Amino acid sequence: MSKIIAKDKEIAVPGETLAKGMEVLPGIGTCRDGENIMANRLGLVMIEGRTIKLIPLSGRYIPKTGDTIICKVVDVSFNGWRLDTNSAYSAMLSMKDATSDFIARGANLTQYYDLGDYVVCKIVNVTSQKLIDVTMKGPGLRKLKGGRIIEVNPHKVPRIIGKQGSMVVMIKDATRCNIVVGQNGLIWIDGEPLNELLAIQTIRKIERESHLSGLTDKIKEFLEKNGGKLTG
Amino acid sequence: MMHRELRNHIIGLLNADIRLDGRKLTEYRKPIEVEYGVVKTAEGSARVKIGETDVIVGVKLDVGEPYPDTPDEGTIIVGAELLPLSNPEFELGPPGIQAIELARVVDRGIRESKALDFKKLCITPSEKIWMVIIDICPINDAGNLFDAASLAALAALKDTKYPAFDGEKIDYKAKTDKKLGLEKMPIAVTVIKIGSKFIVDPDIEEEKAIDARLTVSSIEDGTLCAMQKGGDFPLSIEDIDKMLDIGIEKAKELRKYL
Repeated sequence: MSKIIAKDKEIAVPGETLAKGMEVLPGIGTCRDGENIMANRLGLVMIEGRTIKLIPLSGRYIPKTGDTIICKVVDVSFNGWRLDTNSAYSAMLSMKDATSDFIARGANLTQYYDLGDYVVCKIVNVTSQKLIDVTMKGPGLRKLKGGRIIEVNPHKVPRIIGKQGSMVVMIKDATRCNIVVGQNGLIWIDGEPLNELLAIQTIRKIERESHLSGLTDKIKEFLEKNGGKLTG
Repeated sequence: MMHRELRNHIIGLLNADIRLDGRKLTEYRKPIEVEYGVVKTAEGSARVKIGETDVIVGVKLDVGEPYPDTPDEGTIIVGAELLPLSNPEFELGPPGIQAIELARVVDRGIRESKALDFKKLCITPSEKIWMVIIDICPINDAGNLFDAASLAALAALKDTKYPAFDGEKIDYKAKTDKKLGLEKMPIAVTVIKIGSKFIVDPDIEEEKAIDARLTVSSIEDGTLCAMQKGGDFPLSIEDIDKMLDIGIEKAKELRKYL
């Protein structure tokens, strides 16, 4: 007889037994140890039918197909660029996925993307060996010029973006900054100096208080109080 | 240049008199904390935090032979080890150029200001002297290790007490009440030039974008005792004058924390 020990939305620590029995299935962040299901990492327990999964509270970014991420160019090779994805694995941007321009044989690839440049790209494939392929073809995928990059906990990114992007749109409107949020925890911000600072403070506040309810209202209040003019 | 985008952005901000983290141009990060006696096995130690930057300095005393040219003077030895735990860019192994520079800047500040009276470190001329060994350990490098390390080194020296010495052997377990005694208080302030602006206490991102830096050590009355220039760009005489003024002014502020 299977039994789920952990409660929904409770915090689990690595090694904690979440359930007993073979009828319960281990999801992301958990593993089976004999009859038991154990937590692999620190996170919130989510019970979905027969599956138990963990939503991690901390840790590095784990690449996933379809994610839009911000990467830094760390190497230029003869057939493309190697990108630092802010995770344990680097990504490869091949020449055919990099630009729709015609690239002549033997062209200097640094004129497209140079070492140290930041790009917004999309993951098209992650192999079982964690080789990542990315593309620059798609809406909003481009090289980032100007502005600055900040790093946040990648597991808080969904809260920073909000439902259908509501949170980030609110920050953009209030601070009149251009903001691009990468799923890998890198955020690019460009705007007037003081507005930029307000945007960063707001993002840090969301990161700190992401587990609290009524966050959107709090952030709206914070932005209004700190001189941001909310439109509409 | 690897960081030209970041540099351009920082210059844009500096022209509006604001830094990446919202500070003014010549404002140190807060809080600045100095904690004494953090290492029990050392004769003197201190931990200094400037914002997120965190440095521990320990002082050991040993008896050795003096150099032949200065038979009646003790000596100091400063070493720095940049631990990989403090910054992912640091690597294990023999000290690199950064570690050596850090140790030398701290050494020069103490030596050239005559903060320690080397003659007082002499036990028997030509035979026995006290060697003051200062070890710098950055716990977290969030920028501006120079200022944090020299402040911590000074605080550790201030905290140092001689161990018991019977003329033959040192008993490190028995500390005496005799303090090392500091004659001067040299404070190092690193002034950074980016574009045409001068800033102090750079954070890790600003350090990547610097044009030039000048570490200025000065004592209580504003007397200059040591300098170290770094960075790829040259400095004009006017630049150096301005940087010295900022350095000496800011040293007064830092001295209050000791």
